Amino acid sequence: MSSTTNSPTHHTSTIGAIGAPSRRNTELGLLVFAVVIPVFAYANVGLAINDEVPAGLLAYGIGLGLLAGIGHLAVRKFAPYADPLMLPLATLLNGLGLVIIWRLDQSKRLQASKTFVEAAPRQLLYSAMGVALLVAVLIFLKDHRVLQRYTYISMAGALFLLLLPLVPGLGANVYGAKIWIKIPGLGTLQPGEFAKIVLAVFFAGYLMVKRDALALASRRFMGLYLPRGRDLGPIIVVWMISILILVFETDLGTSLLFFGMFVIMLYVATERTSWIVFGLLMSAVGAVGVASFEPHIQTRVNAWLDPANEFKLSRSGALGHTEQAMQALWAFGSGGTLGTGLGQGNSDLIGFAANSDFILATFGEELGLAGVMAILLLYGLIVERGVRTALAARDPFGKLLAVGLSGAFALQVFVVAGGVMGLIPLTGMTLPFVAYGGSSVIANWALIGILLRISDTARRPAPAPAPNPDAEMTQVVRPS
Amino acid sequence: MNKPLRRIAIFCGLLVLALLIRDNWIQYVQADELRTDKNNRRVIIERYSTPRGNIIVDGKAITGFKETSGSDFKYKRTYTNGPMWAPVTGYASQAFGATQLESIEDGILTGNDDRLFFRNTLDMITGKENKGGNVVTTLNAAAQKAAYNGLKAQGGKGAVAAIEPSTGKILALASFPSYDPSSFAGNSTTTDTKAWTGLQKKNNAADPMLNRALREVYPPGSTFKVVTAAAALQHGLYKDADEKTDSPDPWVMTGTNTKLPNEGNIPCKNATLRVALQYSCNTVFGKVGADLGNEKMLETAKAFGFTEEQFTPVRATASVFSDDMNPSQTALSSIGQFNTAATPLQMAMVASAVANGGTLMKPYMVDELQTHNLDAIEKTDPEELGRPLSAANAQILQSMMETVVEKGTGQKAQIPNATVGGKTGTAQHGVDNSENPYAWFISYAKVDDSAPVAVAVVVEDENAVRDDISGGGLAAPIAKSVMEAVINSKK
Repeated sequence: MSSTTNSPTHHTSTIGAIGAPSRRNTELGLLVFAVVIPVFAYANVGLAINDEVPAGLLAYGIGLGLLAGIGHLAVRKFAPYADPLMLPLATLLNGLGLVIIWRLDQSKRLQASKTFVEAAPRQLLYSAMGVALLVAVLIFLKDHRVLQRYTYISMAGALFLLLLPLVPGLGANVYGAKIWIKIPGLGTLQPGEFAKIVLAVFFAGYLMVKRDALALASRRFMGLYLPRGRDLGPIIVVWMISILILVFETDLGTSLLFFGMFVIMLYVATERTSWIVFGLLMSAVGAVGVASFEPHIQTRVNAWLDPANEFKLSRSGALGHTEQAMQALWAFGSGGTLGTGLGQGNSDLIGFAANSDFILATFGEELGLAGVMAILLLYGLIVERGVRTALAARDPFGKLLAVGLSGAFALQVFVVAGGVMGLIPLTGMTLPFVAYGGSSVIANWALIGILLRISDTARRPAPAPAPNPDAEMTQVVRPS
Repeated sequence: MNKPLRRIAIFCGLLVLALLIRDNWIQYVQADELRTDKNNRRVIIERYSTPRGNIIVDGKAITGFKETSGSDFKYKRTYTNGPMWAPVTGYASQAFGATQLESIEDGILTGNDDRLFFRNTLDMITGKENKGGNVVTTLNAAAQKAAYNGLKAQGGKGAVAAIEPSTGKILALASFPSYDPSSFAGNSTTTDTKAWTGLQKKNNAADPMLNRALREVYPPGSTFKVVTAAAALQHGLYKDADEKTDSPDPWVMTGTNTKLPNEGNIPCKNATLRVALQYSCNTVFGKVGADLGNEKMLETAKAFGFTEEQFTPVRATASVFSDDMNPSQTALSSIGQFNTAATPLQMAMVASAVANGGTLMKPYMVDELQTHNLDAIEKTDPEELGRPLSAANAQILQSMMETVVEKGTGQKAQIPNATVGGKTGTAQHGVDNSENPYAWFISYAKVDDSAPVAVAVVVEDENAVRDDISGGGLAAPIAKSVMEAVINSKK
């Protein structure tokens, strides 16, 4: 093992290369909890609302169990050394999300809406598709380094996905944000969710090649390494693109997510703090600049600064205002420390998007502070397992990809949960695994698949040295 | 690459920490504030989630509750004989809030009052459903019925207030036309909102939702002469009911050239106070008012409760007797004209103070607050509001008022086996007296030297022929039936 700390082939000392246990049985044990907890929650909702154990309990339990089981078997077969926590964590979140979506399906208030559809069966279907994609990733992506070959194709693909909602006739403007596309007969799709993964692949491939140039060719100024003008190119391009997303798709969350992911990966690749400073400055300038003329974003900012006033304006019939931010806060506040209990809250007062963007508010009201903290910690665990995978990965591409995906995941959770809880202005993004929405669930299962693949590669015992005829002849004595 | 990776791990941890802190802020620190925010619909959902307690008269509930469908409010209020009791209960509507007794005792009725905390906690532990407490009123169902039916039969706008003189308990409180608070107790836009809109003053000239017994002031007309007579006796202007007054007929008002006339040909010249009250002489009482002056008249009027709002606990509008008047204005005010205006409750208080030996009791309508299983939480004790008359002067005034009913303008209020004292009134109103006058009657009844009831009745009849209106003709029969109802219910 090399002693140089900055070698690209440096192996972290935290990983024993040989004889690491696979931890597959740990995963199986955790998966049992991840299935049983949502099944109990499901029964709980049924008892609270209809005074009876829901008729679909068995089917739901078997469905979730099957998804978890198939996921587990695929991991056991195709990625035996993968991280044991990620699959159970994702299953638990997905299962609880399904329960809450089903609980909101039972709401009389939401059923009265003209656009009401039973969301839980669809979400179960999306979850199945998500797990299928995870299995496909594990089967067909034998080595994540293969993705490196598609760096520039990924760039083109990500741009294509990001621009799709802007295509006339295809894009759908849903309450101000244009981040959906309509596929006739199939419903809507949020290409940004998939672009997140593709873009991470591109950034990882690009930065792996350019990192030395970006890191070393710089001048020192006031304690910061200032990059050369021409090295600023890439970050400016990404910044411009995220500003364009903000302007044309009017979605602060997506824009922030992509730019944040790039800055994180750039920082990890170059180890230069100056990039963070630049990134923060540029995103601040961009956000403030665009917010100064874009009315949709101004509404969101106003609703964040004074939700009570926004509620009054909305109630008085003024156009372009929403009471949802205040309704969400009331849901959280009314839940208090322990919550009202599943099925006994009134979070459906939020109305539109109660089961997607605002789903955390239902957790807040019905499971209370305790439940929301638990959910947030589950997300925290997924993210930290992802960063752990990056630490353990042996190749720079894998490190960058893992940290990019985990960082994007963390930012997404922060942007959505922070928005619903009134910490930052609300944006139209979905809480991974929990919120209703096919694109989000499917894309995030794929994301977990890639992280599992990287962690499998990282934790896999080093292959036994190939029998080398030269070695035989030179008679090297190995200290066993 | 691992150093920045560790830092990113810390950064992600900080993001989650920020979310956790924010969550604690809204779900712990600010939770109560958000939970009880008046715009938070959960507050009213909670409010209507348990059956509301009842308002009770004579041991029977005059309210009830009904489970609603198609709404997130579970229970709504119902009223038995709503229009009759509306001036007592007010209303409690899911869509339009609550007023009067329903609003003032809301905490007890919903069960959220702190005084019910112990009981609620006990119910929670024993697994019983949380229910609101009851409000037991002082009202007398028979008297209320007599009052409301009397007003209804007569047909015009009007109000009745009846009090038990010795305690101040309100026995009847009727207003006509009235409304049924059940009709808009829910929150349906088709039925409740429609009913509510139709009852609003701007859509309904009769203004049925006005509580005329407490919230409307009328010029009291000649009934105010009882107050003027009390002032004359209390301030020593005349010592006796049968002392001749020095008053010409007609009397030229002090400081003017205007003659104050009497209605019809009645013996008012130098009449005694008794005769003057019996025939309702404007000249005598106008001059008494002018002789006493604004200040002394105001002092006596205030002693009877004028110029103060009364809280029964439902608020009654303050009755008016002006200060800063010249002698002729004081004279007019002393016969219940000019600015003088009184609520029916106020005039009932005047009669009750006279009947109670000069002591005015604070009028009240809530006798007791109870938990839902009838344990008393709070009982109202009678309270003395003041002594507008000495006991001796009260005796004199009583004998004068009894003369009015025995052989004067109030003969229609006579009750066999009871001594009734009263005073009629016909108050002019409108510009140049163009509108129909108000017919007033205030009285009390005594049985075996104790007075169980004092009552004030006012009737405004837009359709009646002007000459027909007089307190004795329209209002006295209603007062009589209310007094009889009280006397009979005591037997």
